[in-house]
Amino acid sequence: MDKLVEAIHLKQYFNVGGSPLHPLQVKACDDVSFYIGKGETLGLVGESGCGKTTTGRSLLRLYEPTAGTIMYDGVDITHVSMKPYRRKMQIVFQDPYASLNPRMTVSDIVGEPLDIHKLSSSKKDRQDKIIAMLERVGLNSEHANRYPHEFSGGQRQRIGIARALAVDPEFIVCDEPISALDVSIQAQVINMFEKLQDEMGLTYLFIAHDLSVVKHISDRIGVMYLGKLVELADNMELTFHNLHPYTRSLISAIPVPDPRINRSRHRIILQGDVPSPLHPPSGCNFRTRCPYVTAICSEEEPEFKEVGPNHFCACHNLDMVPKA
Amino acid sequence: MSERLLEIKNERLSFFTPAGEVKALNDVSFSMDQGDVLGIVGESGSGKSVTAYSIMGLTAHPGRLIGGEINFNGHRIDLLQEKDLRKIRGNEVSIIFQDPMTSLNPVYTIGDQITEVLLLHTHCSKKQAKDKAIELLSLVGINEPERRVRQYPHELSGGMRQRVMIAIALACEPKLLIADEPTTALDVTIQAQILELMMELKKKLGMSIIMITHDLGIVSTICEKIAVMYAGKIVEYGTIDDIFYSPSHEYTKGLLNSIPKLTEVGHEKLIPIEGSPVDMLKPPLGCPFAPRCKSCMKICLDQMPEYTYLSDVHYSACWLLQKKEFDKLQEDTQIG
Amino acid sequence: MQLDVSNFVPASDEEKQSLVTMRDSIGFWKDGLHRLRKNNVAMISLVVIVIVMVLAFIVPSFYPYDYKEQIRGNENLAPMGYSVKEQASIDSGDFVFPHFLGTDNLGRDLSVRIMMGSKISLLVGIIASAIIMMIGSIYGAVAGYFGGRADQIMMRIVDMIYTVPDLLIIILLIATLKYPLKDLANTNPAFAWINTVGVGLICIFIVFALLYWVGMARQIRSQILSLKEQEYVTAARALGASHARIIRKHLLKNCIGLIIVTTTLQIPSAIFTESFLSFIGLGVSAPMPSLGSLAATALGGITSYPHRLLAPSIMISLIILSFNLFGDGLRDAFDPKLKN
Repeated sequence: MDKLVEAIHLKQYFNVGGSPLHPLQVKACDDVSFYIGKGETLGLVGESGCGKTTTGRSLLRLYEPTAGTIMYDGVDITHVSMKPYRRKMQIVFQDPYASLNPRMTVSDIVGEPLDIHKLSSSKKDRQDKIIAMLERVGLNSEHANRYPHEFSGGQRQRIGIARALAVDPEFIVCDEPISALDVSIQAQVINMFEKLQDEMGLTYLFIAHDLSVVKHISDRIGVMYLGKLVELADNMELTFHNLHPYTRSLISAIPVPDPRINRSRHRIILQGDVPSPLHPPSGCNFRTRCPYVTAICSEEEPEFKEVGPNHFCACHNLDMVPKA
Repeated sequence: MSERLLEIKNERLSFFTPAGEVKALNDVSFSMDQGDVLGIVGESGSGKSVTAYSIMGLTAHPGRLIGGEINFNGHRIDLLQEKDLRKIRGNEVSIIFQDPMTSLNPVYTIGDQITEVLLLHTHCSKKQAKDKAIELLSLVGINEPERRVRQYPHELSGGMRQRVMIAIALACEPKLLIADEPTTALDVTIQAQILELMMELKKKLGMSIIMITHDLGIVSTICEKIAVMYAGKIVEYGTIDDIFYSPSHEYTKGLLNSIPKLTEVGHEKLIPIEGSPVDMLKPPLGCPFAPRCKSCMKICLDQMPEYTYLSDVHYSACWLLQKKEFDKLQEDTQIG
Repeated sequence: MQLDVSNFVPASDEEKQSLVTMRDSIGFWKDGLHRLRKNNVAMISLVVIVIVMVLAFIVPSFYPYDYKEQIRGNENLAPMGYSVKEQASIDSGDFVFPHFLGTDNLGRDLSVRIMMGSKISLLVGIIASAIIMMIGSIYGAVAGYFGGRADQIMMRIVDMIYTVPDLLIIILLIATLKYPLKDLANTNPAFAWINTVGVGLICIFIVFALLYWVGMARQIRSQILSLKEQEYVTAARALGASHARIIRKHLLKNCIGLIIVTTTLQIPSAIFTESFLSFIGLGVSAPMPSLGSLAATALGGITSYPHRLLAPSIMISLIILSFNLFGDGLRDAFDPKLKN
């Protein structure tokens, strides 16, 4: 498969204080490597503080990476000017209330990318393109002159998607796009993402904390914990034949809307809390909560390597983890 | 035969905002017996939180109860004065909120916040209250309780803060615990811990729980009975097996069809519920779900459906069920 | 309730749609103006401002007397008084427009001088505030947006400007620029207006442009600092927007409420400064009246002609008070924090 986007040993550290000699750093994204193929959807899951949002935004150079390489369609874009790439790589945000400028009309919001990249030849052409985009996401022309606060959460999210699509991009980072929406609206938006992918040949990085949604929409899934990728595999493989203890407990912790399954399920309840990202544990950073921890786990960081066909994992004790 | 703990009859509640009257609750009725675990499921605007707060008389201004009765543990909540309500809150019924970050006062220690409720409602001394606080902290699974009792909220993680909230809620051994989206702000693995804790505590202490959430997964883990709310009305009520395996209302069915299931093996396309949630300032005359219902009939548009009982404990408010009965009647009269 | 078959016919899509209507569009301005209209104090202040503006800008063009017209024989008339010559005209049947506030010691009608004085004060206030608004908002926006080292340097400059004594600078400027500007006016006809406006006023404008914009800059900067963290700004960056575009279309546009309110409240402050300077003789030059200079000349005859001091003083107070109250009303109406 052709690689469209690739992250190679990507690191994103943030300075949060401390003294000049001993700066305090949050290693939000710590040596992460993966690729996304053309037309594919890669899902990225993890809990709060795992670094998935930071990774997504770093791919778009919304943060300047501390180290590592970003490749787009075979070209190293880590240090180049992003202006031409902004047309090809777009992002949809989580919060439909904060990601739209309250003082701009829908028409202005969706038209802004057209203005920045000079994609319309006349006023009428611009208007036509905007209406076409709105209709594509299930809105219509009468919504064009209204302001964001007049719409519901689901509709605002559609406006955000229309804005991202206006430049006809190839790659979209979907940063928790449905978490803030009501359950009955989520399905509409998920279906729309899938439809748009089919129609426009898009490639997605789909970031979410809800594994059920990610499994539904992604081809492959990556699991992150405290800045590190711990497992990466096909969506079915990861759900039913996962290897990493964290993935195992994450899946087992998700309550399934099916009483019979819940009654018969064996749940792994992790003890303790997520360590502070300012002081991650030495060696493997999951070792403080892992049921299979051994001595080597505190001394050496496990390598993220291929352990099955297209199945990557970072764990010293895979042989101790029972088959799923 | 357990005794009836809570009975709500025809509750009507509206918020009188500058923009107009928002009919938050439109004729809500249900009951709970001692030891029940009831889940109230709904989306934003459905009225689930409003219902729970009204049981404690905590309806915020500009909301006002405009009709109905609330009977809790022998008290008529809708008729009580504020000072009598205060004796019940924290004592016979308590609540844990969604966001543990803001529900705890940042300038008081954990110990102070637990002992506050004990000193308010029981006649124990300060020392006894402090000992009880330590006991409660270990009951909710917080390690090193003697040290923790002197800590401040910001020194604890989200999961621990929620445990502290539970400890405060349980301090006076209430008959009813209301949990308003207690795990929405928490990570999945921490959520699992909290739900596990709640189930243990229910077994140990035998209290009743009302669990308010939008997550059908949580409800199917911990609850026994479910009330599905939409736009200020209970549209379906039943046991969890009823709701998950024989859902009757179109909204319930729609919800179950529209959530992606972790356990499914193929890629089934999601069947969403079309349309948007109703505007509570101008609710429709008939069934509030009508504009989004694929089986909507003419009568649904202007008449509120009545409840049809499918069993002793399973009922639903839908004209389709009435239609079935009507058709049956027609058949019977034709045959007969 | 009677049911029959027709009730159970499926409803059409149009019938379902008719239940779902979008509420009327209420823009930011309409909402704010609505709130402003309900504020009685602000509305009364607005009426006063409009009346003053009419008196200052429109009435003098139609007024029978001119502000510099010295009529011999009309000196020191009392309010509504007439000179001997005018009385004679009235007796013979002619109409003589009354001197509502009397005349000054040179025979000039005081009412029209007060109106001209208000015009000057208002012009100074409005132009000075406009200068402050432009310099201050751009400076504050740039400092707030770029942050870091640039922001530090820019804000230290602001701190230094705060410490400069404005009065001293004005006096120094007048002293140094008086003769060069006068020469320029006399030699070059294009600069003749310098003489009418007066060196003093020019120096006031220069000082406003140099020193007084710092308050606005600070306010805008802090607003920008919080606004730039909003997700729609990140969204604009992700779209490829340039810095200038983001500042213009996203940040400053959301500051408009603050800018309007601060500018409106800046006007009375500027008017007061000008009045004060004219009062001590540093502002307008004769014969151009300013409310401050009218008050100054009236001081001498305070016991015999108290109205000559009262009238300009009341006028200054009225202008300043109404602008302040209206500015407060604007802030209450457009401040997003008060929205529930």
